[in-house]
Amino acid sequence: MAQLSCSDIQLNFGGVRALSGVSFEVQQGEIFAIIGPNGAGKSSMLNCISGLYHPQQGKVLYEDQDVTRLPPYERTKRGMARSFQNIALFKGMSVIDNLMIGRHLHQHSGLITGGLYYGPAQAEEIRHREYCEEIIEFLEIQSIRKSIVGTLAYGFQKRVELARALALEPKLLLLDEPMAGMNLEETEDMVRFILDTNEARGITIIMIEHDMGVVMDISNSVCVLDFGKKIAGGTPEQVQQDPNVIKAYLGDEDLEGL
Amino acid sequence: MRCGDFKTSYAADMSIFETRTARIMLAIFLCILFTLPFYTPGYVLDIINRIGIAIIGAIGLNILTGFTGQISLGNAAFMAIGAFSSGYLGTKLNLPFYLCIPLAGLITASFGMFVGIPSLRIKGLYLAMATLAAHFIVEFIIVKWESVTGGVAGLTIPTPKLGSFAIDSDARLFVLIFVIAILAVLFAKNLFRTKVGKAFVAIRDQAISAEVMGVNILKYKLLSFGISSFYVGVAGALIAYQAKIISPETFPVTVAIDYLGMIIIGGLGSILGSIYGAVFITLLPELLRMITTSLSGSFPELVNKLAAMKELIFGMLVIVFLIFEPNGMAARWHNIKNYWKLYPFSH
Repeated sequence: MAQLSCSDIQLNFGGVRALSGVSFEVQQGEIFAIIGPNGAGKSSMLNCISGLYHPQQGKVLYEDQDVTRLPPYERTKRGMARSFQNIALFKGMSVIDNLMIGRHLHQHSGLITGGLYYGPAQAEEIRHREYCEEIIEFLEIQSIRKSIVGTLAYGFQKRVELARALALEPKLLLLDEPMAGMNLEETEDMVRFILDTNEARGITIIMIEHDMGVVMDISNSVCVLDFGKKIAGGTPEQVQQDPNVIKAYLGDEDLEGL
Repeated sequence: MRCGDFKTSYAADMSIFETRTARIMLAIFLCILFTLPFYTPGYVLDIINRIGIAIIGAIGLNILTGFTGQISLGNAAFMAIGAFSSGYLGTKLNLPFYLCIPLAGLITASFGMFVGIPSLRIKGLYLAMATLAAHFIVEFIIVKWESVTGGVAGLTIPTPKLGSFAIDSDARLFVLIFVIAILAVLFAKNLFRTKVGKAFVAIRDQAISAEVMGVNILKYKLLSFGISSFYVGVAGALIAYQAKIISPETFPVTVAIDYLGMIIIGGLGSILGSIYGAVFITLLPELLRMITTSLSGSFPELVNKLAAMKELIFGMLVIVFLIFEPNGMAARWHNIKNYWKLYPFSH
C-alpha cells in the first residue's frame, strides 16, 4: 500500500488553474522526484501535500487517512516534514534552537514548568538536545551549532533546513529544491545526506529538483508536471524516454515552418 | 591561564550564566542592591523603585514585541488596567496586596489576550494601530466607569500590609518591587530556554514555517499576549502602590512610547536588554535634571530649555540606536564582554 497517494488534485488561484487532475502514489521508503519546467506547479503540489494549500478537488491520502483538509501542523504530527524552496529558517535563532523547534511537538513542558525550568523542563530540554546533537553530527554541522542562522552561508542554511526537518522525526520528508543554487561539491554533500536519510533512517522522500543528473541518479520514481498537468510518471529511465517529457523540456522535434 | 570556554554537559551549556565568574559577580551585585535602602536617600530610592517597575514592564513588552514580533502600543493601557484592578481589589474588596498583585496581573492578561485576537489576522503597523485603538478605548472606559475606577478623580490606594507590617516607606517598597522584578527576570529567562519561549521566537522569525513545524500559531500568539500583559499588569499594580493615587492621567500614551524606547535602546528580543533600557530611560530625565541644575549658575536660561529637550533627546537617542546599534545596548555589552573574555589571547 502506498504511503502517500494523491488523486485527481485540482488547485485554482482565482481563475488561474495551478494543478489539474494530478494523481500519483509514493511508496514507503522510496525517493520520489517531482520535476517539470518553471511554473509547472511543482511547489503548489508540495504545498498541497504539506497543507499550506488546500486543493479544490481531489484527495491527499497519507497512510490511508484523508488529510486533504488538515492544517499543516496536524500533518506534521502524523509524520510529515518539509523544507522550503526559499530558505525559511528562523533567522534570528541559533542552529541548535532551530533544531529544538523541530522537537516542539515531541516536548511537553508548558508555561509554568518551562518558567521554573529546574526539574522536568530541564530534563526534557537535555533529552531533546541530545537528539538534536545526533542530527547535527549526522549532517556534519557541529562547527556552526551556536551560530545565528541568518549569518550563515547559503549552503549551510540549506543543510540546517534539512536538519530542522529531520529533528521532527518524520516518516515522509518533502524537499523543495534542496540543491538549488549550490556548487558541485555542496550538491554532492547534499545528495549524500539525502541518500543517508533515506537509507539509514528509512524516511520516504519526495523531492522537487531541477538538477536532472541528481534526479535521474538517486530517485526511484519520477513524476513530471507541465502547466499543472502530469505528463509522465515512472522510473527515471521510462521518463527519460517519454516523448511528452522531451517535448516539454526541449520543444517539438519537427517545428513546422522552420 | 584560561584559554577557552569549554562545557562538558548540556545542562552547563544551557545555563543562564556562562561562567562561574559571572555567577559570583551577580551574587555580589545582588548583595549590594539589597543593601541600597540602608544608605540611599529617599528621593534616589524612589527613582530606583521606578527602575524596578520599569524592568518588569519592559520585559513584558519585550516578550510580546521583541521575542514574538507583535508590535504593541497598548502598553500604557495594560498598565492602567493592572493598576486600577489592583486598586479596585484593594479598596473595594479589601483584598491584601499579595493577592491584589497577581490577580491584577491575571485580569490584565485576560484583557491582553482579548486585544491579541486581531493579531492572528493583522500584523506590523496595522497591529500597532489596533493596540493604539485599544489604548484609547481603555482610557475612555476608565474615565467613564466611575463606580470601579473612580473616574477622573481616580483611586487612592491603601498602604499594602503584611499582617501588621505596613509597606509604607520607599525602602520597604524597594524590597517588594525588587523581589518581584528578580522573579520576573528569572521566569522570563527560563521561558526562553524552553519550548514555549522558543515557539514565540519561531513565530517572530518565520510564522509559516513555525506552523509547518507544528507550532500552533493561534495558541502561542495569544499566550504571548497573555504573559506580556501579565508582566505589564503587575508593573501597573506596583506603580499604583508606589504612586498611592492613580488617575487616568497616570498612564498616558507617552508611557507606551517610553517603554517601546526602552526595549529598542536596550535590545529587542533580549531580557538583559530590557533591563538596560529600563534603567537608561528611567534615569534619562533625572540625568538631564542633574545637568541643568549643576549648570544653572553659569547658564540660568538653560534650565527651561533643557527640561523641554527631554523628548527631543529621547527621540534622537532612539534614532541613533536604530542606526548604529539596532540590536541595542545588550548586543554592545555582549561584544565588549566577548572581546575581554579571553584577553589578551583571544585566539
